[in-house]
Parts: sequence; C-alpha cells; structure tokens
Amino acid sequence: MNKAVNPNELQPADDSGPLYAARKKVYPQSVSGTFRRIKWTLMAICLGVYYFLPFVRWNRGLGAPSQAVLIDLPNSRFYFFFIELWPQEVYYFTGLLIVAAVALFLMNSVGGRIWCGYLCPQTVWTDLFYAVERLVEGDRRERMKKDKSSDPLKLERISEIVLKHSIWILIAWWTGGAWVLYFSDAPTLVKELVTFQAPMIAYIWIGILTATTYVLAGFMREQVCTYMCPWPRIQAALTDEWALNVTYRYDRGEKRTSVKKAAELRALGQQVGDCVDCYQCVAVCPTGIDIRNGPQLECIQCGLCIDACDNVMAKIGRPKRLIGYDNDINIHRRQEGKAPIYRIVRARTVVYSAIIAAVGGIMIYTLATRSLLDVNVLHDRNPVAVKLSDGSIRNAYTVRLLNKSGYDRVIAIDADGPVNSTVHVVGVDSVTPDRPMIVIPRDSTSELRLLVTAPADNNPEKSIPVRFHVTDIGLGVVASATDNFVSP
Amino acid sequence: MTDHSSDIDSVSGKSTTGHEWDGIKELNTPLPRWWVITFYLTIVWAIGYWIVYPAWPLISSNTTGVFGYSSRADVAVELANLEKIRGDKMVALGAASLADIEKDPALLALARAKGKTVFGDNCAPCHGSGAAGAKGYPNLNDDDWLWGGTLDQIMQTIQFGARSGHAKTHEGQMLAFGKDGVLKGDEIVTVANYVRSLSGLSTRNGYDAAKGQKIFAENCAACHGDTGKGNQELGAPNLTDKIWLYGSDEASLIETIGQGRAGVMPAWEGRLDPATIKAMAVYVHSLGGGK
Repeated sequence: MNKAVNPNELQPADDSGPLYAARKKVYPQSVSGTFRRIKWTLMAICLGVYYFLPFVRWNRGLGAPSQAVLIDLPNSRFYFFFIELWPQEVYYFTGLLIVAAVALFLMNSVGGRIWCGYLCPQTVWTDLFYAVERLVEGDRRERMKKDKSSDPLKLERISEIVLKHSIWILIAWWTGGAWVLYFSDAPTLVKELVTFQAPMIAYIWIGILTATTYVLAGFMREQVCTYMCPWPRIQAALTDEWALNVTYRYDRGEKRTSVKKAAELRALGQQVGDCVDCYQCVAVCPTGIDIRNGPQLECIQCGLCIDACDNVMAKIGRPKRLIGYDNDINIHRRQEGKAPIYRIVRARTVVYSAIIAAVGGIMIYTLATRSLLDVNVLHDRNPVAVKLSDGSIRNAYTVRLLNKSGYDRVIAIDADGPVNSTVHVVGVDSVTPDRPMIVIPRDSTSELRLLVTAPADNNPEKSIPVRFHVTDIGLGVVASATDNFVSP
Repeated sequence: MTDHSSDIDSVSGKSTTGHEWDGIKELNTPLPRWWVITFYLTIVWAIGYWIVYPAWPLISSNTTGVFGYSSRADVAVELANLEKIRGDKMVALGAASLADIEKDPALLALARAKGKTVFGDNCAPCHGSGAAGAKGYPNLNDDDWLWGGTLDQIMQTIQFGARSGHAKTHEGQMLAFGKDGVLKGDEIVTVANYVRSLSGLSTRNGYDAAKGQKIFAENCAACHGDTGKGNQELGAPNLTDKIWLYGSDEASLIETIGQGRAGVMPAWEGRLDPATIKAMAVYVHSLGGGK
C-alpha cells in the first residue's frame, strides 16, 4: 500500500483476489522537535477550549443565561459572548461555514493539509490516544513486541491493556460530557449529571460521543482520514504546484547510502545523498507511510517526519530539513542550481483571502448594525376590509414585535396610511389617543391585533400603502414595516 | 449434501459446489459469516418481537404480547396529558373576568387562540372563517351589533343564542307586514323608501315622505325607535347606519318588510363549556368591533 508501484510489476486483473485490504496496524514512535511542540501546543489549546469553554461565564443580566457560549434549543437562542442570535438569523452560521470552507482552501494553498495535520479533531484526539498508549504500553518497539508476542497473557500485560482502555474511555467520556454542556447551563448540568437527575437525552448524547471518540481515536485512527474523510480527495483537486507540502527533498536525499559509506564517498569528492535510510520518518508516521515516496493521499502532513529527520541530520552532522515544507518546483530549481522561490501571494491565495475578508466583513457589518427591535405585519385575509356603521373603513393586521435586546422596551405604534386614520391595538388602552403604547418584555416577541380605521368622509382608494412605525419611547429606536390599506 | 471439499477449481483454486453444466462448474462462494450471523440474529429478533409485542392476527383480535404494549393506549395517554395541560390554562381563563382577560396579554393570547379554533369549528359555517358574515349572517368584525357589542352582551348571545328556543334566548323578530296583511303593497314600497332615506340613500321619484314617516311611526317605531336608531333589547337593527344585514336596496327592503326576518343563532350553553364560551366571546370582541 505504501510502496511506490512499478507499472511493470502490476499483475493482470485478477478477480479472485480479495476486495478488502486488511489494516496494517501503525505503531508511531515518539519524537521531539519543532513540529511536535507545535502539535502539543495546538492540542492543548484545542482541547482546552473544547473542554472548558462551557464553564466560561458571561453576564447578560438577571434572568438571562450566564453561559458565554450556549446553544439554547428549547428557547431557540444561540449565545456567543456578547452576541445573541435568533433562529431567523441562521444566515450568520451560513456565513461562518463559508468562511470556514474558504479558510480551509486558503490553508491548503499556503501550507497543504494544515487542518489535517494539526487541528482536525480526528488528529487531535488520535494524537492524545497515542500519547496514552505510549505512556502505558511503551514506545513503538515495545508495543510491536507486545502485540506480536504469543505468550499467554500475564497479569502485568492484562493490567496494562485495562489501564489503557480505561484512560481512553475516560477521555472519550469527558469528550461526550463536554459536548452536552454546550446545550445547557454547564454547572447546573454537571450537578444534575452526577446526581442522575439530568434529562435522558443528555446521557444518550454523552454515550454516543463517548462511543464515537473511543472507536474513532482508539481503533479507526488513520483509517478515518484515508477511507472515510472526503477532504483528502477534495484538497488534492484544490492544490497547485506552488502550495507548500511536507516534502522529502529528494534532490538532497538521493542516492541513499549508509552513514559510513557516505563519509567514504564524500572523502573521495563524490556526490552522495543525505538520506541514510534510517526509516525514522516511517517509524514516527501516524499513518504508517513513507514520505520519501512523494505526496500521498494518506499523508496528513503533521510534520512529525520533519522532526524525526532533523534529529537524525543533527546527529550525523548534515543540514536539517531534508524533509520540510517545500514543493516540487523548488526541488527542480535546486537540481538546476537555481535558488528556490516561494510564492505565498498568488491568484488563488489572494482570491481566497478576498472572499474571507468580504464574507467576514459583511457578517461583522450586519451583526454590528442589525436592529434589536423589529416588526412584521400581516394583513387580515378574511375579511380584508370591514365597513363600520358610520361608513368608515377598518383594516385589521396581525403585528409581531421582536425585542431582541436584554431589556424590556416601551414602544409606541404609529401608522402612516389613509388621511386622518386612527390606530388601535386590541387589549391596549392607550394613554395617548391614537398612539398605542405597549411593553415588550426583553428577549421576546409579542403578537398584537392592530386596527386601522379610515374615516367615512375620506374613504381611500381601493388600496393604498400603509407604513407602520414602531418607536422605542426610551431610546428612540425605530423599526418599520409596510403593508396595504384596502377598501371593500 | 455431497462433500465437495476435494473438488477444487484448477483456475481459481477455490472449491466448487459440484454442480456442473457442460463442463462449467459453479464456484462455491458462501455468504460471509457476519452476514449469516446477522441473518440468524434477525430471525431470533423477530421471534422475540412476536412474543413481547402484539403481532399475530386472530379471528376477532390479535396476540397482545407479554409487554402489553398498545399504540392506542399510548395515544390515550398523550391525549389525557394534553387535556391536563390545556385544563390548567383553561381554568385560569374560566376564573378571570372577561374584562380582565382582555387586559392580560397572556390570557388574551390564549383566549384568542382558543376562540379562533372553536370559532372555526362551530361558527364559521354561518359567519365565515374570518367572521366576515354573509347576507343574513352578521359580520362580527364591524361595530354594528343587533344584541349589543360589549363583552358581556356578546357572551350572552353566544350562550343563549337568538330565537334559539333556549329559555333565556333573545326574542323579538321582524314581522311579516305584507304576508300578515298589515300593510298593503304600495305602503310597503313607501315605507321602504322612507327607511332608505333614514341613512341617506336615494329614494324613488314621487315617493311621499310624509306618508312614509306616518307608516313608519305607526308600524315600525315600536321596535326600531322614532328615529330608526334601533333597539338592542329587541334585536331591532339601527336603520340609520351603513350596515345592512339583508341588503339596503329597495327590493331587499320590500322583501324584508313584506316577508319579515327571523334569523336564528343557536344557543351554545351546554354544547361548549363555560371557559370556551368565554374565550369565544373575547375572540369575537377582539376582532375589532367590540364595544
């Protein structure tokens, strides 16, 4: 699977062979270095945010949820620090998804599979599970030996296996537990969970996510990336020749020789490759491939082979970065004796950045300028107009007022319609005649029945536009909506 | 079954079933074990299902299963719960006075929602789904009321109806002045034109206003009042306004005066519970015409 295939060695199509390739278990070796440090740091940040964000508090005033990030499904609200979104504002999530997708494209055109290698949950959790495995069962060689061993299981080995899986399940359970905290007040839910008073759905979700985390990070691991995830296929179609990828610099590495032989040949003034065929890059790879075979679907570009190779190069006194972020263009340029060039700014990165900036800008602008007071008007359909005993015409409307702010509002409703028309809201005794005033509680909607009456001596045309103004008495904020006033 | 473990196909190296047609042998390709196990498990599952759940039809019933499950019972429980939830709210509605319901936004919303549903089920056939009415069936959106448009009056009309036969119903009707021989043909035409003039409508050429007024005073004023303003105690409509239940043209008026009118509104007390009638009264009142 990982070896470069020589077309001449290909067998003629054989339909008797199995269609299923058994997985070769990967035993990544521990490694230290720049990229390992970056990965530890990013893992700590990602997991820290995921596990602890629900506990961050944010004061929204009395009666409002005090959780900084909360998806409140029963009340259909989404809270994110100072932002509160209503279901009809779901387009902000659409925008976020666009930005996320294009950011993925941008990452890909700048530095390859940055997402896959450092940030993807599958990578982060698998990395964490490998760390646990290493801690309990030892490094690559020990684990391989223990797995191969056909000796009957001894207590020590059994306790190792039990310990490893216990820690895994504990992590998986915490992962599922953190997930449900985003949907309810975290401290309260934790209390309910431990006293078995939480709703059944919470336990079900914890169970589901515990199971998926345990299975995906403990057993499926790199197979998720290789077989299940669509992104490797998509990113292959999105990349170009300038994108930097984790690359074996074969211009420097070939021909591979042993350390000793290389020294001898160099002494004779001959050209020798730096690669000493130590297989350290293969040993540390979490997907079990050989980076020296060139770009591969399986490679998540985590950079661990760079660290492994750098350590070896340091030991044998050769320059670092035999494996590094590079592209084929530069390899060819070096082979031709030219200096490498790196083009971060090119059409696609500019376009991607522009899209991110545009969508992000629009989102921020609309978020900053969105009205926290809104009004929708629906004209009565049956009857559309009513003639009163004195001959005047009345139209009825259903008015829905939305107060998205964190405080109650006192609002007045005016209608700009037929000449000398009057406005009345059912159930409201207005202090000011013809200007109904209503209190809309904070963070809620009110549905009212509003009547507009045009006097008999001034019956309007068949249909004229009428504009409703809703004014916040205290703040002067105005929202408006337009409908029609119809005569029978 | 024949043992064909020794019967190996030379090309693929697989065993065959031993079946042969003109030298072509069928390879033995058994189903994967996981598939077979899953298949057997589904059979076991199905048998278990028959035992614990209702499954087999009998002559007049069916096996009930040891769990005693019944989807009908589930529905009954759900319905009972719904009634309970509604019950609590409807109690609050039943306890509040009509005026208080209109003052309380939550109760008003509940009464309007409940009233609208009940109106659609019970009143819409005559009054229309939006209560716009039709000829002979009053429009409940306007401000013209035969029996009064306050909350209490509307509720009374819903409770006991008009000419419904209920002991407390509204009585009083438009007499058939022509059919009963009280007025002659030309008198009816004259008084019809007089009634039109009351609300400013045009009158026929050569009509004698003084005669019309005299006929009106002698026959109609008892119910409709000297000036034709009507009388809600008797359900006598105001003849000076712009709203006409049976039409304001001369022909319609002649028919009304000659044949009489006595539309019936059924009594809803006993058919709908008091809280529902209350909700409906608030709903009708809130349509816009309520006094």
